[in-house]
Amino acid sequence: MAEFTLPKNSKIKAGKTFNAAAGAKRIKRIRVYRWSPEDDDNPRIDTYEIDLDKCGPMVLDAIIHIKNEIDSTLTFRRSCREGICGSCAMNIGGTNTLACTKAIDDYEGDINIYPLPHMDVVKDLVPDMTHFYAQYASVKPWLQTQTTPPPDRERLQSKEERAELDGLYECILCACCSTSCPSYWWNQERYLGPAILLQAYRFIADSRDENTGERLDELEDPFKLYRCHTIMNCTNSCPKGLNPAKAIAEIKKKMVERSV
Amino acid sequence: MSARQRPLSPHLQVYKPQLTSVLSITHRGTGLFLSLGALVLCYWLLALAAGPDSYANAQAVIGSWPGQLLLFGWVAALYYHLANGIRHLFWDAGYGLELKTTYASGFAVVAVSIVLTVATWIIAALRMGGGA
Repeated sequence: MAEFTLPKNSKIKAGKTFNAAAGAKRIKRIRVYRWSPEDDDNPRIDTYEIDLDKCGPMVLDAIIHIKNEIDSTLTFRRSCREGICGSCAMNIGGTNTLACTKAIDDYEGDINIYPLPHMDVVKDLVPDMTHFYAQYASVKPWLQTQTTPPPDRERLQSKEERAELDGLYECILCACCSTSCPSYWWNQERYLGPAILLQAYRFIADSRDENTGERLDELEDPFKLYRCHTIMNCTNSCPKGLNPAKAIAEIKKKMVERSV
Repeated sequence: MSARQRPLSPHLQVYKPQLTSVLSITHRGTGLFLSLGALVLCYWLLALAAGPDSYANAQAVIGSWPGQLLLFGWVAALYYHLANGIRHLFWDAGYGLELKTTYASGFAVVAVSIVLTVATWIIAALRMGGGA
């Protein structure tokens, strides 16, 4: 049964405020979720006042600025800073997105930053992705074949067959969509969630893959696939502009098509 | 390092309500509400079958202002659930899943259910001729 409230150890307390240096003209307040396994305390919200004249334009710039200049204990994942690695996925201003591709100017007033929702927190903005990656592995995200390949060339695709993968192959597995999905919040032990289902469909849709039937068998489950109730939060949050809800609908259609 | 258990990151508490999720939970809410309405419909039909006295009694209950308020709620819930249910049928067939279409159909569902609810009550009031 879904738990709508936070467990006792997860309730958020008020935290510290770090005021901007004197003389700062363009001040933005960034409120960040903090928790460390080394503190024997509940999570808290720390408030950092940053000087926009000394900070880059993106939310990730603001977070790096905080770590470099204000509070070196702040912990978060980041790598490519251009929306291709998916490391800096977090909940910013109430929706999940990548900190590196979201501009500070897109937010009026204070910016609230939390880890990806309904995940175990390792530290601060770092959620535990172990289960998410295990779910990814469970859909066997690689090409599977039954036939032997032609001896003199690769398994080729037509342009149309290749186009079937557009909107699927671009997924960077940042988990913004899955952790925006209420169904995934309540049933993530058994429901695969939008990101993993989009990845599953990426191989179902691939003309070179010859295990479609087995893949569909694996997904035909009241929880793995059918906990999707077309809420559409996933598509709304995808920072790459992809459409996991549509991929899931295509899987559901394939299930019907093969049974009639 | 302490053995303190990892906290669960906030979810409903911090996630911004959006048209997508709000219409979805409303669909579920109206569905539950309508199943209660089905019980009331049964009560009304049973009262009708049981004779004029019990029917007059049921009419009085439904005609009271809390009864009318609930009836208004059921009419609104019925139209919303119907319109959004049709939206879901299109989705299940694979149509209208683009974000822009989803928002357009979402607003359309809200507009249609308001218009149909108001129209139903206006027509009902006119039919009653104020004599109810």
